[in-house]
Amino acid sequence: MVRFSGVTKRYGDLTVLDNLDLDVAPQEKVAIIGPSGSGKTTVLRMLMTLERIDDGVIYVDGRPLTHMESNGGLVRANEKYLRSVRGDIGMVFQHFNLFPHMTVLRNCTEAPINVLGLPKAQAEERAVELLELVGLGDKLGEYPQRLSGGQKQRVAIARALAMRPKVMLFDEVTSALDPELVGEVLNAIRMLGKQFQLTMLMVTHQMGFAKEFADRVCFFYEGKIHEEGPPEQIFNAPERERTQQFLSAVLEAG
Amino acid sequence: MPLKSIVVTAIIAFAAGLVFASFAGYELFIPGLLEGTWITIKITLGGALLAVVAAFIAALAKMYGPAPIRWLATCYIEVFRGTSALVQLFWLFFVLPQLGVTLSPMMSAILALGLNIGAYGAEVVRGGINGVSRDQWEATIALNMSRPLALRRIILPQAFIAMIPPWGNLFIELLKSTSLVSLITISDLTFRAQQMNQATFRTLEIFTLVLLIYLGISLLITFGMRALERIATGGIVRGRAS
Repeated sequence: MVRFSGVTKRYGDLTVLDNLDLDVAPQEKVAIIGPSGSGKTTVLRMLMTLERIDDGVIYVDGRPLTHMESNGGLVRANEKYLRSVRGDIGMVFQHFNLFPHMTVLRNCTEAPINVLGLPKAQAEERAVELLELVGLGDKLGEYPQRLSGGQKQRVAIARALAMRPKVMLFDEVTSALDPELVGEVLNAIRMLGKQFQLTMLMVTHQMGFAKEFADRVCFFYEGKIHEEGPPEQIFNAPERERTQQFLSAVLEAG
Repeated sequence: MPLKSIVVTAIIAFAAGLVFASFAGYELFIPGLLEGTWITIKITLGGALLAVVAAFIAALAKMYGPAPIRWLATCYIEVFRGTSALVQLFWLFFVLPQLGVTLSPMMSAILALGLNIGAYGAEVVRGGINGVSRDQWEATIALNMSRPLALRRIILPQAFIAMIPPWGNLFIELLKSTSLVSLITISDLTFRAQQMNQATFRTLEIFTLVLLIYLGISLLITFGMRALERIATGGIVRGRAS
């Protein structure tokens, strides 16, 4: 479903991602863990086309995301092409990024109406359904300002899903939340994982959640996948020293 | 009664007496001043409208236009910010006819002042747009919105709120610069004041009154902009995006 092929990202002299190869199967749920600065968020941001890639190609559903075919070769994609491919991808951000001047409902219908061209009634029906699913059926007319962090994040999840993406990206979606609100957001993700046929990539610090939810865990270190495997293996019997150090440090912190 | 109150009361009584005494025979100059006020208001309104339109076009062109358009917008902003409004006014009124374009004094006035304030306004618009957090743009990309759509529906509505107070300043600036138009034969408030002064020699009353009229209009603008801000803000608290 998603394939990174030799993807490299540099900021000046700093190489954030170094020749990354990563293959994610349809409906696979991949957790990305690692120390800060290891490039894990950059993976999601490049897939969402928020960052340019310096080298390599990302494929989504077999189509190159950042490049398009032209005269038999690959050239950097233009805006129109980018938009046609990234429609398959949705993203939830650490800081929610809701539209503060719109109600919860409007947040979730704005793009379906104006990007997908859904009639208003249909977009609203879809949004209400999703908002009810994440437990916010009673907040439709509320402005984001008046919601708790956990509620905001659940709106953001519903907003992304209203576009019917095939791939969902979760970028540290619980990191900005008070500890007691983390559970409600994780529950929402859990439920959606069952309800929809989604491929998911999540950058997370919630090791418990990653262990239970993910099909595969990738440990990033210095811009590379240092170790990857099923959660039981990574969490119970990590082979490499860096992975062990990271996990013991994280688990110790609780 | 404390001394301070006595002094204050005395001053007020004296001022009131002065006003009553002075305004005897006000019918000599009041109608003229009111006509001038109306002209001043018309130029201010027309100029404000033009300024807002010019500012948005110039700012968007400078930020998102292709190179030649961007260059044109930058030229407009720099020329109109970097030269005196009075000279711009003279140029439109005295030089353009020599190039074959004759504008009425009113047209010249609105055009010159509107474009002058619009050049400053373009920077206000640009600042407002840049002030919207990057996160908001990223959210629009994640929802696959096109840039024009994102700008129109997500970014500008938020930027707009931040632009209101600086626009208030610019409108007041515009109001005050309308007094320049008296120099191209328009009988605005300032022009009328000079005219009435020469006719009646009631210098104190006339110029005090003119001062108060300008102040009154400017306060009206201030209150108007505050009301606009309240309406636009609605349920949102400014600054922190969610």
